[in-house]
Amino acid sequence: MEFSELIRTGRAQAELLRGPGAPPLRGTLCVTGHHLLLSPGPQATSDLWLLLLRSVDSIEKRVAGDSGTITLRCKDLRVLQLDIEGVEATLDIARSIEALSSLESVITSFPFFYRPKGLRLGDAWHFHPPEHHYKRVARETNAWRLSEVNEDFSVCPSYPRAVIVPRAVDDDALARSARFRQGGRFPVLSYHHAPSGTVLLRSSQPLTGPQKRRCAEDEELLRAVLAGARPGARGFIVDTRSAQAAKQARMTGGGTEAKAAYPGWKRLHRPMERGRPLQESFVRLVEACGDLEQSMDRWLSRLEGCRWLAHVKEALSTACLAAQGMEREGACILVHGAEGTDSTLLVTSLAQLILDPLSRTMTGFQELVEREWIQAGHPFQLRCAHSAFSHARPKHEAPTFLLFLDCVWQLGRQFPLSLEFGEGLLLALFEHAYASPFGTFLCNSEKERCLCEVRTRTHSLWSGLNQPKEQRKLRNPLYVLNPLAIWPSVEPQSLRLWQGLFLRWTRPPEPSEAAWEKVWQIVTDKEKTEGSQPTVSASEPQP
Amino acid sequence: MEHIRTTKVEQVKLLDRFSTSNKALTGTLYLTATHLLFIDSHQKETWILHHHIASVEKLALTTSGCPLVIQCKNFRIVHFIVPRERDCHDIYNSLLQLSKQAKYEDLYAFSYNPKQNDSERLRGWQLIDLAEEYKRMGVPNSNWQLSDANREYKICETYPRELYVPRIASKPIIVGSSKFRSKGRFPVLSYYHREKEAAVCRCSQPLSGFSARCLEDEHLLQAISKANPVNRYMYVMDTRPKLNAMANRAAGKGYENEDNYSNIRFQFVGIENIHVMRSSLQKLLEVNGTKGLSVNDFYSGLESSGWLRHIKAVMDAAIFLTKAIMIENASVLVHCSDGWDRTSQVCSLGSLLLDSFYRTIRGFMVLIEKDWISFGHKFSERCGHLDSDPKEVSPVFTQFLECVWHLTEQFPQAFEFNEAFLLQIHEHIYSCQFGNFLGNCQKEREELKLKEKTYSLWPFLLDDQKKYLNPLYSPKSQAVAVLEPNTVSFNFKFWRNMYHQFDRTLHPRQSVFSIIMNMNEQNKQLENDIKDLESKIKQHKNKQTDGVLTKELLHSVRPESPTLKTSLCFKEQTLLPVNDALRTIEGSNPADNRYSEYAEEFSKSEPAVVSLEYGVARMTC
Repeated sequence: MEFSELIRTGRAQAELLRGPGAPPLRGTLCVTGHHLLLSPGPQATSDLWLLLLRSVDSIEKRVAGDSGTITLRCKDLRVLQLDIEGVEATLDIARSIEALSSLESVITSFPFFYRPKGLRLGDAWHFHPPEHHYKRVARETNAWRLSEVNEDFSVCPSYPRAVIVPRAVDDDALARSARFRQGGRFPVLSYHHAPSGTVLLRSSQPLTGPQKRRCAEDEELLRAVLAGARPGARGFIVDTRSAQAAKQARMTGGGTEAKAAYPGWKRLHRPMERGRPLQESFVRLVEACGDLEQSMDRWLSRLEGCRWLAHVKEALSTACLAAQGMEREGACILVHGAEGTDSTLLVTSLAQLILDPLSRTMTGFQELVEREWIQAGHPFQLRCAHSAFSHARPKHEAPTFLLFLDCVWQLGRQFPLSLEFGEGLLLALFEHAYASPFGTFLCNSEKERCLCEVRTRTHSLWSGLNQPKEQRKLRNPLYVLNPLAIWPSVEPQSLRLWQGLFLRWTRPPEPSEAAWEKVWQIVTDKEKTEGSQPTVSASEPQP
Repeated sequence: MEHIRTTKVEQVKLLDRFSTSNKALTGTLYLTATHLLFIDSHQKETWILHHHIASVEKLALTTSGCPLVIQCKNFRIVHFIVPRERDCHDIYNSLLQLSKQAKYEDLYAFSYNPKQNDSERLRGWQLIDLAEEYKRMGVPNSNWQLSDANREYKICETYPRELYVPRIASKPIIVGSSKFRSKGRFPVLSYYHREKEAAVCRCSQPLSGFSARCLEDEHLLQAISKANPVNRYMYVMDTRPKLNAMANRAAGKGYENEDNYSNIRFQFVGIENIHVMRSSLQKLLEVNGTKGLSVNDFYSGLESSGWLRHIKAVMDAAIFLTKAIMIENASVLVHCSDGWDRTSQVCSLGSLLLDSFYRTIRGFMVLIEKDWISFGHKFSERCGHLDSDPKEVSPVFTQFLECVWHLTEQFPQAFEFNEAFLLQIHEHIYSCQFGNFLGNCQKEREELKLKEKTYSLWPFLLDDQKKYLNPLYSPKSQAVAVLEPNTVSFNFKFWRNMYHQFDRTLHPRQSVFSIIMNMNEQNKQLENDIKDLESKIKQHKNKQTDGVLTKELLHSVRPESPTLKTSLCFKEQTLLPVNDALRTIEGSNPADNRYSEYAEEFSKSEPAVVSLEYGVARMTC
């Protein structure tokens, strides 16, 4: 398919309004296969303005007289307005944008064409392989091994090729356990907490069904987990559904671990919102944030009504529960919901952030996202197909990853010195998860990425972000290594709306940006006056 | 002293109001003439000033003892359990007596002795000089003059002696106008904008009823607008909701009739009265004091309390005032009913937006002295210093502080002071430890001889200035800038550090400000060190041209190795605590938090049951 077929009008004269704080731009508007460009003309001082078409979430056109207006609502929550000369041109451009922004083919998407200067293909793709994680685990304990049972993705299509499993369980047993779990997602190691010698596992729901089926290998696997931890260790299964919902899942073939079948393990239900209600919550919050005229009462009732912060609280407190079980009770934790690709990952990744100081570093956090979200098979392409503005009926969209980023932001607000990265990185991850020139967030699983040759034909976001010029935006200048677990407060009074994201485009950013600049200045002054070598927090990430 | 029967109770438990586990600190409770003191087994002390106590409640006897709940005006809530009911009863009765004094002379300020001599005390009182402040604004000048009409408090008892009025307003006009204004509070200057030559004036409502007029009052307003050489019309801001103002007409009060006054533009801005504000705060505290509060209950409670709506209303009024001056170059006259609550809020907040001086530590003190203390905001009644009418109590000044806090959030670099400064001032409007906020007007303060018998708060705050500095303050970039806050609803947030200042589990666990502050300090220190050493090197060079020594010296400049730096940062946190060292604890205990309720699930003796079930399951298999 040729992009040119979808482009009805190549160019038009237009004026672009970018919201508060940014001056309008006039120039020639141009639609290409992947971008919308506005060239301000040769005598203008400003640069070419560029928008990735993939980041357009919804488009609205209006014509009046001999000109038209297109309103673009982007996936990063920005709202842009284009005033275009000529009715025909307006309609054509609108149609072109509509067609091009909703292309579903992965291999014709922009990352496959993006070749930035200074980066080489395949640079960072070997940054965070499972082997790397296993090396760390192997240094701490001998009870686990790296299994390649999923080498050809046949055991579990949404897992990576290699996963970490108890040493005592062989590959055949794994394959059999996989058949007992939805989507083949058998329990695998997510994190080994060395200080207490306990582990965090994740999986999908067991397929007990109405007959309450059991699977000896699956039971064996979980028994081996306890045996591999310290003697007498207990385990907790954190089910992210309500007891009711878990029971109901039996009707459709799913279910939950029967107490009797898994000695030493106890189930805890922590219902978390997922899927469509979560997406709706996101949509309603963004709607409320776009209304500048509303009264205080209306705003507060909408903030309450959208329930977003309630979801933040749920996610954080479930993660805290898991972390607390490991750190304080010395218990092993298995987390799953239904498919084990959404709220499960939310809990396991947050729990690690709370417990593990390494995951709070720049590289550690990137590794965490890569391992616990991308390689763990969070279906980014399905979940992030549309953001909050789309009029299309949501099918598989859900802002689970955004909820994770929000929770991380809350942690960063409560422990402003303990995360090596700043809000900038979280905002970048949000943007790139929804639309990106990089290949990192493409597809739904490692298997699909393999089929599309994402690794060899696109650039990795991590190599893009780890360029020295990006560092000041992404780092937290105040970071000092905090070796302790960070226990956040989950009281509603302690949680706050993430203004930097949800109100990013509706409020003037200057004062807070200037303050941030000042913080950087004080920190760099300090380093200068100390006259010492760059300290840990300012050094480049080690590849 | 006669109120104290029991001075010491042992084995008292202190409960955390948000912790769901029933773990409590055990310690000893002491009752002194001024404070209630609790020392726990870790020797940590909790001091509660009697004057801070808003209410004491004795709950029904439980198996572990008699619960005593004390709510403080600074939003501290403590929950003691006293083992014996008789002790509890004694303490309860004592606190009831001690927290409500009938006479000013019994307040703490009259016994507080910071070991200063009389001249130091006097110097403390002279620290903030309002005459100096009016000079700084640029009055008197060709249009404004100092009036001696109220020198003996003859015209208005609740105004200060020294008042600035338009030069063309003669004494008969002033006297006539004051008779037409509620409580005699006629229009006077609050702030003069030198650059725009426009004035912010304040007064109380006119006694207009349905049709009454007063020529002198009309003249005085005209004089105010004439004192502005640029713009002949002036704004009259009635800060009340229109309905309230109309209702006042029936009582012979009311608002200005635009037809009777030439060149005025009349505007209502709709800030609610003290009773609405009091019950709004009450509701807010009820909501956020709930144990196990859900996110939704919190926000619906926040909404129904109306608190943030009121804060926004005050802010919007101040912005209206600022715009009138900056954009239209018009003078503004502000009033409410009596002109000492909402009027003080709007005038002071407006001045703060207009003039960067008020955003400094000293300037903020001046602002409070001027628009609040001298113009007769009834601190003693509003804060309930004495056992008086509870209907007069209202958090009007707290709202002002909250508005300022919102501004510091929106403009992190515009203020010389930080949040701790606002909290400290809030602490002291209720503490009755210093004389500044005692009494309801200047006349009353003079009669109480506060300047001879009590101390001023300001010098003590200035001595501690380091604690209150905002490390991000950049006076240069903001010096001339008028603040233009954005009052879109979502810019208003719940001020956790005020309403939960003593609930440390709800706070961020690490403080950014103290760290930046330390860095700044260190930077300065190191720069000084470098200068010091450089000058030493120079001296040495003069004496002997030996390069080796220089090298050695230079080497010693490096104060610490980079590896030391990380550990140093941890130490520093304890070295320079801002307000409360506890706020900077790192990675506190999960038991402090609400998810700890699940801890009980963890510790249930489960294995026995499980193994039994397991046995059954095996048998059936």
